[in-house]
Amino acid sequence: MILVLMIGVLLVGGLSCWLVAQRYPLMGRWIALIAVIIAFLLPVGWYIQHAPGITAVGKNWLIDYQVNWIPAFGISFHLAMDGLSFILILLTFLLGALSVLCSWNEIREKTGFYFFNLLWTLAGIAGVFVAMDLFLFYFFWEVMLVPMYFLIAIWGDFNRRYAAYKFFIFTQTGGLLMLLAILALYFIHGQQSGGQYTFDYFALLNTTFSNDVTARWIMLGFLIAFVIKLPMVPLHNWLPDAHSEAPTAGSLILAGLLLKTGAYGIIRFVLPLFPEASASIAWWAMLLGVVGIVYGALLAFAQTDLKRLIAYTSVSHMGFVLLGVFAFREIALQGVVMQLLTHGVSTGALFVLAGMLKERLHTRDINHMGGLWTAMPHMGALAMVFVMASLGLPFLGNFIAEFLILLGAFDVSPVLAIIASAGLVLSALYSLRIMQKVFQGQLQPISEQPRDLSVREWIIMACLTAAIIFLGLYPQPVFDVVKGALITSYQLPVAGGFN
Amino acid sequence: MNSLLPYIPALPLFGFVILSLFGRRLSKPVTAWLGAGTVCIAALITITVALAFLQTTPPGGAYSQLLWSWFTVGNLSVDISLRVDALTLVFIFIITFVGALIHIYSAFFMWHDRDMARFFASMNLFVCSMLLLVMADNLVLMYLGWEGVGLCSYLLIGFWYEVPSNSRAANKAFLITRIGDTALLIGLFLLFKELGTLNMNAILQEAPRHFTTGGSNIVLITVLLLVGGMGKSAQIPLQTWLPDAMAGPSPVSALIHAATMVTAGVYLIARMHGLFQLSPVTMAIVAIVGAITLLVAGCSALAQTDIKRILAYSTISQIGYMFLALGVGAWSAAVFHFFTHAFFKALLFLAAGVVIEALHHEHNIFMMGGLRKRMPEVFITFLAGAAALSALPLVSAGFFSKDAILWYSWSSAGGSALLWFMALVGAFITALYSTRLMLVVFWGDMKTPVHQQPDRGMVIPLVILAFFSITAGFIEWPHNMIHLSLFSDHVQQVLPGTVMKENLPPEWLFQAIAAVVTLLGVYLGITLYYGKSGVRWQQSPPLAATREFFFSGWKFDQLYNFIFVKPFLFLTRINKSDVIDRMYNGIAQASLRLNGWFSVSQNGSLRLYIVGVLAGILFIITLQLLL
Repeated sequence: MILVLMIGVLLVGGLSCWLVAQRYPLMGRWIALIAVIIAFLLPVGWYIQHAPGITAVGKNWLIDYQVNWIPAFGISFHLAMDGLSFILILLTFLLGALSVLCSWNEIREKTGFYFFNLLWTLAGIAGVFVAMDLFLFYFFWEVMLVPMYFLIAIWGDFNRRYAAYKFFIFTQTGGLLMLLAILALYFIHGQQSGGQYTFDYFALLNTTFSNDVTARWIMLGFLIAFVIKLPMVPLHNWLPDAHSEAPTAGSLILAGLLLKTGAYGIIRFVLPLFPEASASIAWWAMLLGVVGIVYGALLAFAQTDLKRLIAYTSVSHMGFVLLGVFAFREIALQGVVMQLLTHGVSTGALFVLAGMLKERLHTRDINHMGGLWTAMPHMGALAMVFVMASLGLPFLGNFIAEFLILLGAFDVSPVLAIIASAGLVLSALYSLRIMQKVFQGQLQPISEQPRDLSVREWIIMACLTAAIIFLGLYPQPVFDVVKGALITSYQLPVAGGFN
Repeated sequence: MNSLLPYIPALPLFGFVILSLFGRRLSKPVTAWLGAGTVCIAALITITVALAFLQTTPPGGAYSQLLWSWFTVGNLSVDISLRVDALTLVFIFIITFVGALIHIYSAFFMWHDRDMARFFASMNLFVCSMLLLVMADNLVLMYLGWEGVGLCSYLLIGFWYEVPSNSRAANKAFLITRIGDTALLIGLFLLFKELGTLNMNAILQEAPRHFTTGGSNIVLITVLLLVGGMGKSAQIPLQTWLPDAMAGPSPVSALIHAATMVTAGVYLIARMHGLFQLSPVTMAIVAIVGAITLLVAGCSALAQTDIKRILAYSTISQIGYMFLALGVGAWSAAVFHFFTHAFFKALLFLAAGVVIEALHHEHNIFMMGGLRKRMPEVFITFLAGAAALSALPLVSAGFFSKDAILWYSWSSAGGSALLWFMALVGAFITALYSTRLMLVVFWGDMKTPVHQQPDRGMVIPLVILAFFSITAGFIEWPHNMIHLSLFSDHVQQVLPGTVMKENLPPEWLFQAIAAVVTLLGVYLGITLYYGKSGVRWQQSPPLAATREFFFSGWKFDQLYNFIFVKPFLFLTRINKSDVIDRMYNGIAQASLRLNGWFSVSQNGSLRLYIVGVLAGILFIITLQLLL
């Protein structure tokens, strides 16, 4: 029930933002903030009550809620949460609350409709993480896309129309393939089980495929949808445009959350539903992951638009996810989950910083910046923290993630892991370039001295900094919570094969 | 004693946290007390621990303390756990003791800087990371310290970030060491794959059972670790960052780029000695890298004019000696040279800092001169440091440590006449450039007026360091002179003894040759530089070309620029707008064009539509009839 409430609060909150802001434009942001905080507190409160049970082995599904929706087609409203969903939901609402905060003053037009879209996107993302009925999953998948399209197309930057179209067409193409794959799975399972047509995830897990080719094609349908979202090179081209044109909160949600739905989909659906098929393409997927790491880093280094630069670093970091998932090792998969969290936090923080810079300097071009440490030492220090996080400095969470992924991948394919490790050098190149161009050097002569962080901005950055340091120094709680879920997702492909 | 261990790194960490959170609101005295005080207390605790250790060796040969379990995933379990054995003890003593002196000095040196709090925050974080590096009981925690010191080095080289060349130097240092770090990380992956653990003790115990001597895996692992060490310790070919790193404030050069961080590679190899012993090939590579580095860097030091760059090249060269010693299996000699070098090189950098400040930030030694009379305390302490650097026989600490390395580079099982000869030439060069430095800076005419005398608080650390630069060697005498080997007895609780060749020439012969060569170097320096205002002999074309070659650090920068930097920049620049995007734009263009073609048919002309419909019907009927 708590899951329904959580999503319901966001949907209702979004609607009321829209309605209330018609008359009181400034009320919208307060309603939005309260709604997200309530949604955040619901799972946290539940966790505090059930903390001891959550890490217990053998009981993966912590909450399970199911009611009939369209029984004629075997569609039910089925929400369930295991450790993996739980962690990702926490990330969703943490970044969600911060995205409301960083839109506080940035958005001046149509605020009601803006927060409506923001909350509905968050609701869609949360839904994706807990939906256990494939029809419902697809529904939420669309719910998160459409409002995000509006966020980019209405409140975006100069080239927003182009970016929004591109984002929509890319993800919708993937969505279409996934819909076909879901339907194919639905019919195959229905025929096998003698007319028991159902979209239920747990029922579909028992599907067996008579031949490998079918399994391969259906698996690819899912996989392509997810790797477009992830994104994987060469399907990444929507990302730099969407990230750089979106408003700050949009970039934060795109980088911090939307990309994670792709990785989540692979772990939740592709691996358990198609164990053999996904094992058979594992090497290629790892290769493309490595290509993404290197290619994204090279492109990031070349950019002069700050947000575009950060966007390409996401391509590079998400390459690690692909590499880790298809390594089929527990160590690597734990690293992947950690990467999802830490990338969400650290890249989100970088986008927030880029947004703050743009608010002050009215430019995203790093060639027009320089010496800003002198004017804004606090922002400089915080930028240093997240730049270091993004290049994988120990003390901070990203190191743990990349270390584990590489360690796991090395066991499978040393060559790929070594090339991926070169990504660590490249990440230093582009990360240090941010500091050098933006904060070091002589302060450019500007008419108006930019002011350092406000209290609201401090709150945002303090939350993110605390999170990234905590994940770096004491990541064990995360590993414990997701362990059960991850082991189940691997059980089939490598029965007894991993340790 | 175990429970005291965490406080040693925790105190500087505390200083870092307070200074970085509230640094701008604290007054200068509070900042200075907090920054220097935490390290001083850490040094006192270290001395307490050291005394207890020396009185009664703890069970297992080490104090250890588990703080918390960092992460446990699959079969990998990593703890935040500290361990202090005889080898670590030497390192933490140097880090905290020399570190404390440098911090006291810095409190005066940085007093007028706007960002004093940021300086001390970074310095404290450095001390904490460096302590974690040497106290870690597993390689992952060590790697944390390893990267942490790299970060602080980066922050402090670029401390005066407003000058673009400083931040470039900082980036260069970070990137080049990162290349080494990545090799080290891959080495850890391979070790874990082979042994299933990253705990240092477990590795050292398992390795002889698991690996065969000289097997390809162990060679690969040790080479990867070595590359990591070469990056941090600025050994050829990864040495180019260190001379540029002199852009940082002088205390930074003293602490990070002379006494502690740059010797991390020495620590790593000494700590993992059990692996290196299984791979004679790597040992030989270590020795050769060290020998080449000490010569190349020594020659470069001869030609520099910037006082700090002379010292930087000298540091690279001295670490080359340590690598040489490690490579020939003279473990304790390497660590002993680290021990004495930390004192005299920190001293030289701090004294250079005083000189530079006194002369309005003048770095060029040929613009100095005549300081012997004007700055007597600095002169005397600098003299002690330079004597130790050039290893003047018996009166300097440097003699005892360097003499041991020279001896073992011939006499140990891994040694050879060639290595010994290279080390000997290096000793000659060292004496020559030390003499040149002394004479040009302190003798001759004064070319820049002294505008301020150093504070008392800066002189006291110099005097203490000068004392140790002379006396630190007395705890370990050559075997044929006095039977006193406190240092090697201590570290050989951890490190193996040196395996010697048989039928060796007498040791005194080597000592005599080394002493004569050193004195010859000093003599040549005096004949070339004493009392000569002009340096006419340098003007002949071949010498000038050689000098230019040495001055530029053997053109390594230009070479790397040509091989790596330019192609990389070119590659990234041409693909800035992402070639893959063209493909999608192509698809979009093609759709538009098709749209153009087909929309011709949608022209609103009813007659054409009817023709189209009829043609379609005709086509279908024809098909029906034919099939």
